[in-house]
Amino acid sequence: MISFSVSDKIGLQKANSMENIIEIKNVTKKYGNFTAVDNVSFNVKKGEVFAFLGPNGAGKTTTIKMLTTLLNPTSGEIFMNGHNVTENPHQTRKSFGIVFQDPSLDNELTAYENMMFHAMLYKLPLSSYKKRIEELLQLVELTDKKDSFVKTFSGGMKRRLEIARGLLHQPKILFLDEPTIGLDPQTRNHIWNYIKGLNEKEQVTIFFTTHHMEEVERMAQKVAIIDHGKILTVGTIEDILKEAETNKLEDAFIKLTGSNIRKEEGNIGLNQMRINSKLMR
Amino acid sequence: MTGIYILWLRQLKRFIRKKSAIVGALGQPLIFFLAIGFGFGPVFARAGAGNYIQFLAPGIIVMNVLFTSIFTGMEIIWDKQFGFLKETFVAPISRFEILFGKVLGGATVAMIQGLLVFLITIIFGFRPHIATLPLALVFLFLVALMASTLGAAIAARLDDMQGFPLIFNFVVQPLFYLSGAIFPLQNLPAALTAVTNINPFSYGVDSLRFALGGAYIFSPWLSFAVLTIVTLIILGIGAYQFNRVQL
Repeated sequence: MISFSVSDKIGLQKANSMENIIEIKNVTKKYGNFTAVDNVSFNVKKGEVFAFLGPNGAGKTTTIKMLTTLLNPTSGEIFMNGHNVTENPHQTRKSFGIVFQDPSLDNELTAYENMMFHAMLYKLPLSSYKKRIEELLQLVELTDKKDSFVKTFSGGMKRRLEIARGLLHQPKILFLDEPTIGLDPQTRNHIWNYIKGLNEKEQVTIFFTTHHMEEVERMAQKVAIIDHGKILTVGTIEDILKEAETNKLEDAFIKLTGSNIRKEEGNIGLNQMRINSKLMR
Repeated sequence: MTGIYILWLRQLKRFIRKKSAIVGALGQPLIFFLAIGFGFGPVFARAGAGNYIQFLAPGIIVMNVLFTSIFTGMEIIWDKQFGFLKETFVAPISRFEILFGKVLGGATVAMIQGLLVFLITIIFGFRPHIATLPLALVFLFLVALMASTLGAAIAARLDDMQGFPLIFNFVVQPLFYLSGAIFPLQNLPAALTAVTNINPFSYGVDSLRFALGGAYIFSPWLSFAVLTIVTLIILGIGAYQFNRVQL
């Protein structure tokens, strides 16, 4: 049931003729004997909406961490907006905004203070960020809540604030790691509408992960599927459906990655932290 | 610099908003000062060691600054858990700036707490030298900075607060009790002398006592050097640990 026509996919034609904003070249990340990401290469074009999919523990988050300077690759190179991510982390950091899987706001500060804080961390000039904060809060419909403490916010409001915050320094790329996890359909719909609008209005490249395949079908121009640290396929949704000989992306995903339930590897401490922070959300 | 400033400001804002915590943190030094101070006062006087309140007040101020600093430094664990640290890690600012902003904020907050305790001790009969008060502030700030750095360095290694009681009982409490805050460091058993001499906080207590006009045993210059050098060493270790933090 793919009822989306090509013209529905915002800016696809535009994106085709543009250069790569993210280039990942033979990137590997090893933890001891365990290879979390195995010789991964792909590119993301400027202005594209790119979905990065994979089962739990496939290497998605590790890849995003390498892209966003939180981890260094064991080998390989990443270029973002023309900057070598490992060699030039600060320039890279100015180029992207990110909404993490888990909340990363300061609950003891107000919405406005969280925004102001971000502006100062990114050393934005006062003259420009005051107006931009107002605009962004308006975009995510939080203007009337700007002086409320974040701890009083619902999960959806926090997400919206994080999106606004991620855009404050006018990044070229916005990373969204499962941005709609735990949100009701209404809020999810709103959030994707903002993101769509941003991609159109500000030409922000969107790089997102999700487990909701209908979100991918609705939003993504390009999809990469990763499993066991390796890229299985990169292409448009049509390409992937054709390759897997299925009608729905969900079926294609399961066909490509298998139907076994994954054990999530890893660090008990960090997993516990995730659980804790979700409880506190 | 803006990065360090904003992290410092954040710490201050969070502190000022927790009014009940500020008052609550004054409870322990108050009890300590009144019970120990007036309880042991007569014995101290009979031993010919002078006025115990005069002796104890700087120790209690250091106690409060030490506990508050370590605790604020260890708030980095909360920032890990609540995800806020990630927001700073992907910002165009170095890990050292993040650590230093945090440490400065923690030290400032502890200084404010320490000054509140200072006022309490004055209300209950402590009579410091006013002329050397600026010097006292300098030494107190060095103590705050050292403790805050220590808290942050420990927190860099921990993923949750479960280790906190261990740290508090086996690191923080000994640092306080073995610092000469509550008893004079002269004529002690040799082992205790050795331990108190290698405890950097002994120099913090002693230098504050000097600056507030009390009896002191170490040269203030020696104390200044010890406090500065130890702080720099812990800051170096903390920065190394903090660079290795993975989220």
